[in-house]
Order: sequence, then structure tokens, then C-alpha cells
Amino acid sequence: MMSYDATDVLDHETRDAIDIDRTKGDFTFPERNKFDAGRGLTSATVDYISNVKSDPDWVREFRHKALKVFQDKPMPTNWATKDLEAIDFDVIRYYLSDGEKPKRSWDDVPADVLETFERLGIPQQERAFLAGVEAQFDSEAAYSNVKEELTKQGVIFCNSAEGLKEHEAIFRPWFGKVIPTGDNKFSALNSAVFSGGSFIYIPKGLKLKQPLQAYFRINSENFGQFERTLIIADEGAELMYMEGCTAPKFETATLHSAVVELVALKGAKIQYVTVQNWSSNVFNLVTKRGIAMEDAEVRWIDCNIGSRLTMKYPGVIMKGKRARGEVISIALANTGQHQDTGAKMIHAADDTTSNVVSKSISVGEGRSTYRGQVFIPKHLKGCKNNTECDALLINSHSRTDTYPAITVKGNRHATQHEASVSQVSEDMLFYMQQRGLNQGQAMSLAVNGFINDLVREFPMEYSVELKRLIDLEMEGSVG
Amino acid sequence: MSLHIQDLHATLEDGTEILKGVNLVIPKGEIHAIMGPNGSGKSTLSKVIAGHEGYVVTSGSVKQDGQEILEKSVDERSRDGIFLAFQYPSEVPGVSNANFIRAALQARLPKGQDIDAVAYYKELYSKMDLLEMDRKFTARAVNEGFSGGEKKRNEILQMMMLQPEYCILDETDSGLDIDALKIVAKGVNAMRSPERGMLLITHYQRLLDYIKPDYVHVMSEGRIVRSGGAELAHELERDGYEFLKEPALA
Repeated sequence: MMSYDATDVLDHETRDAIDIDRTKGDFTFPERNKFDAGRGLTSATVDYISNVKSDPDWVREFRHKALKVFQDKPMPTNWATKDLEAIDFDVIRYYLSDGEKPKRSWDDVPADVLETFERLGIPQQERAFLAGVEAQFDSEAAYSNVKEELTKQGVIFCNSAEGLKEHEAIFRPWFGKVIPTGDNKFSALNSAVFSGGSFIYIPKGLKLKQPLQAYFRINSENFGQFERTLIIADEGAELMYMEGCTAPKFETATLHSAVVELVALKGAKIQYVTVQNWSSNVFNLVTKRGIAMEDAEVRWIDCNIGSRLTMKYPGVIMKGKRARGEVISIALANTGQHQDTGAKMIHAADDTTSNVVSKSISVGEGRSTYRGQVFIPKHLKGCKNNTECDALLINSHSRTDTYPAITVKGNRHATQHEASVSQVSEDMLFYMQQRGLNQGQAMSLAVNGFINDLVREFPMEYSVELKRLIDLEMEGSVG
Repeated sequence: MSLHIQDLHATLEDGTEILKGVNLVIPKGEIHAIMGPNGSGKSTLSKVIAGHEGYVVTSGSVKQDGQEILEKSVDERSRDGIFLAFQYPSEVPGVSNANFIRAALQARLPKGQDIDAVAYYKELYSKMDLLEMDRKFTARAVNEGFSGGEKKRNEILQMMMLQPEYCILDETDSGLDIDALKIVAKGVNAMRSPERGMLLITHYQRLLDYIKPDYVHVMSEGRIVRSGGAELAHELERDGYEFLKEPALA
């Protein structure tokens, strides 16, 4: 079990390496793009991207079909926030890159890009505790490397373009299968213009001891980032994948719309950890889903601190007997932010187990929404679901909504659902302040206490970063 | 060097006056006890000194070593050496005792300076040993699921760790069995020092058998109505607060 008192055991270099805060991400370098798809989205945009990326015909076709689906699907404003209407698809730039291939060594990465990732601490983290790193700058990866010993054992870790070309036999059967193009408007958008993201394959029985990491960086204004990630853990394989992200705070809206598909074959385990810290002008509309075969496990550990609007409901389809799915999520919504998050658990085999634990914190005018969907069909037996959602409100303007939808058919299953809403009471604040903590420190401690049991689920390095981000948010929010 | 309370008046937010001119001087090196019936304003006095925002000070002053503290925030007063052991300490869910006390100590250090973890735990364990607290206590969330006795011991532990200049203990003896009371008294007595003034608020003589005060005051209807030596507590124990009803003293 990871300890929350990680500050005690980490040396300064490691702590500095993982100290990613809001201000640290708020900088930008001049654009020097060789390839720019221009503003707006038409079939010409799709062809431009396909040409630049030298897509095989099947991918080009996939994109064009997806564009049609995207154009035909209405915005989901019938159930989701009207704020989505603020996205102007005609001013967004859908592809930007300097035309460089991802480098295997940081020494070969262009100076401005290298400086970006150094300021964000990525090369330092790689040295400290990672098995491999992919660093994406706008549309394409600038750096991609995995430890040589893992490559020798058959691990594939590359970007999606390389995956679909060099590893078609493994890539293609699963691509777009866990999340079909038409799943929702934004998965269709991603399918039309996707670029970057990771392709990972872990061979049978191989258990990675260190995590793989991807870092997504937006540098340009009016830009849309559409990475596509596919992770396949072969039978009995295990891996942990972590992703982080930042962008400078522009005046205009930025769109990030990713699709992430996970495939855990028989007995495999995948843990996918996200610390989302986009600046507060980013629309973060992401579709994430895993499929777990017999005795396999997919865990999403998802933390949303940044963005203007996040809509993300990580899901697990439990396709094989005794498969397990889990979503652990933390959301912090400050003034100007809406964290609309949740989980989807689809039970499709006997004796499958799912667990959802969601904690949200709403501060100031910030808004948190939990949407859950659990589905257990009648013909199955022995399925279990546990759903817990807790909300913490800090000051009276905050808003929180919970929409749990648990559909259980038949009577051979066990489900339980708990929800709570609490506040940091005046008494608790007075008590903490009487011990010398100022209001921001006291709030921060209360918030950290509220999510403490979930933070333990994060890898140690990330739990420290998370605590720092929350401290910054809370100290900033009380002035 | 003293905590000097002068003609202190305070009301609730709705204007109800609770403190009606309290005068009290607690020099460093002395322990003072305030006794009195329920509703006499004892707990209010402790909260007003600590800076609780639920009360409005309408006149008077509280000076710490000559300096007015009423303008300072709650946390500033704490960092400057005022400590209140709560009658009903709050729970802080999910925050371990060790982290809570460390955060309080950290708040007293200049920016950029960090607590030495090894020295901190050494200090914490030695105080816990004195208060006969189990080591598991450090990992438990602050006051969550604590018995009454554990909560009070925790208050004393925090006081010992923060080393304040002036300590106010609000009904620290309430809800304690005799063994717990002895342990708490041991902690308080260990804190007795020429560098520190203390104010004990209590209903009962019992606490004062174990922590011998230099002076005892009786509070009634928002004022100190009688002061004396330790023997006054015995008198109150024997005769009760009946004398307060006598017209001459009302």
C-alpha cells in the first residue's frame, strides 16, 4: 500500500521533478509549424491529415466515415451542459506539427520543445521512476522512448500512427472496437482527425514493474488535440499507464478530445492513471473505455483538477467471467469550472465485479456532476457492483449533482450504492485555524482529508503531485 | 508579561450580550482557574480570546504581553502563542493526527523551511509516551471515532507539541474518568513553566486536585464575581454556587 506521507520519503530531486503546478504550465513558445490543417473541419481537412500522416487507405476511409458521423450527430445538450455550444468548430485548428518524427533521445528534441518538457519535469520523472515516456506537443509526439530491455521482451510502445502502420496485425483488430466511432459526437470527432496518442502492447505474462507515461502538451492557440490511445495487455500481462497534461491559459477556447481504448485479455491487469490539469480555457471531452476478458482487471484512476469543462465517464466492459472493473475518481471544480465525470460499468459475463468510488469537491462557483451507469442484464448471475459518490461543498455557491443509473435485471446479483454530500463546517475551520493554519491551509487540509483514502490508490509520485495541486487550488480560492 | 483582559464585552451576532465586562490578568508562570455555573460565559470567554467569529467584541481589550490581540485573525493568534484546548474538539475526517500536528507546526515556520521529519516524530512519540497514548494514534484521523478521553488527551498532546505561551483549557476534565484525568493533569503539569500562563475553565474542584491553581475566579452572568486562592475551589465544592443568589453579590 502506498503511503500518503510520501513527502517524508522522497528526495528533493524527485519532489521537484513531480512538482507540476498551474503556473508551471502557463507558458508558450512561438509556433513553427510545418504542417497546419488550417481552421475548420471539412473532408479536405481529413484528407490533409491523412496525407501528412501517409495513412493507409483503411485509415483514411475510417476517418471519412467518422467525419460523416460527427457531422450528423447533434450536440448532447439535451442531457449535458449548454456550455458545449461555446465550442466553435470552425475556428479550431485540427492538426499542427513541425513535421519531425518522435525522437528516441531528449538530445534530439528541438530546443523549445525540450525546454517545455523540462519545465514540466518530464525527463526528470523518466529518470526517476518510469519504464517509458511519450511526450506529445500539439498534434504529434516529440519524444518517445521505452527501456531497451522491455523492447527486447516484446513490449511495443509507440504513437498511434506507428502502431497502425508497423503493427497492423495487433493494432487493427482492436482499433475502434472498444469505443466505436459513433459512441458519441466527440468519439466520432476524434476518429475523424486523431493524431498522436500511444499504442502499447504487452506480451503474454509480462508484468511491468515501472509505469509507462504519456504527457500531453498543448502549445498553440485555437488548437484541438485529438490523441488516440490503444493499450493491449495480452494474457496474464500487467501494466500501469499514467498520463498528465497541461496547456497555457489562452483567452480563447481550446479543445481536447481523446479516445482511449484498453484491452485486457484473459487474466491481464491494466491500471490507467490520469492527472488532468488543463488550463481553465480547455474543453476536455474524452471517451475512455476498457474491455476485460476472463479473470482480467481494468482500473481507471482518474483525477480532474483543471479544464473549463470536463466530460469524461471511464468505463469497463466486463466481457469474461470473473472480470473486474474499477473507477476511482477525484474531481475538483473551482470557480469557472464544471467537472462532469462518472463511470460506466457494463457487466457482460457471470461473476463479474465492478467498483466505482467518486469524490468531488466544489469550490466557489465551481460545479461538479457525477453520472454513473451500471448495467447488469437478466441472464447473468453472481454480478456485483459497489458505487459510492461523495461530494464536498466549500461555500454556498457551489453546486453538485448526482445522476446514478444502476440497472440490474434478475435477482442473482448484489449491488450497493451510497452517496453523501458534506461541507467543511465552521467548527472544523475554527478548530484548524486555532492550531495556526490560515484559511487556505485549513481548507486544503480538509480537502486532502476528504480524498485521502482515494489518493492512496495513486502511485506515490502522483499522490504528492496531487496534494500540491490541491494545496495550490485551495490557497488560491480563499485569497 | 501577561495575558491582560480588560473590561471585555462581547455579544452574539444577534446582539445578546454574553460577556459583560470581564477583567482578568494571567501573568506568565501562573495557573488561573475559572469556575462558575453553566451559562455564566466561561466558554465564551475562551472563544473570544481565541478569536471566534461568532462573537462580536463591543468594547474592552485583550493584551498579550502588552500587545492588543483582538485585531488579529484566529490563526495569527495561535501562531503568536494563544492555545485553546477545546471542550468539544472537531473531527477532521481523513487527516491523520501526525499530519495535522505537523501542519500546525509547519504553519509556524518561515516559507521554504521544512519540518525535520525524524526530529518531529521523536518529539511526538516522547509526548505521546508521557500521555500514555498508543503509537497507532498517529495514523488515526483527527478525533474521528475517538472516545471523550482520547479527544482530551489529543488536545493536551497538541498543546505540548505547539508549546504556546498562554493556554486556555476549556472544560478539559469533563467526560474523563479518574485515570484519564490523572494522565491529562500530568501533561498539563509538565507544561507548567515560568514562561507560560494558563487558564483552566472547569465546573468541578476535581481537576484542581491534580492541577493546583495559583488563583481561582468565579464567573457569573458574564463577569468575574469573586477571586481567591486555591482554597476558594474547595469552598465552592462544599457550598456550591448558592452565594451567587445572595442579593449582596448579584
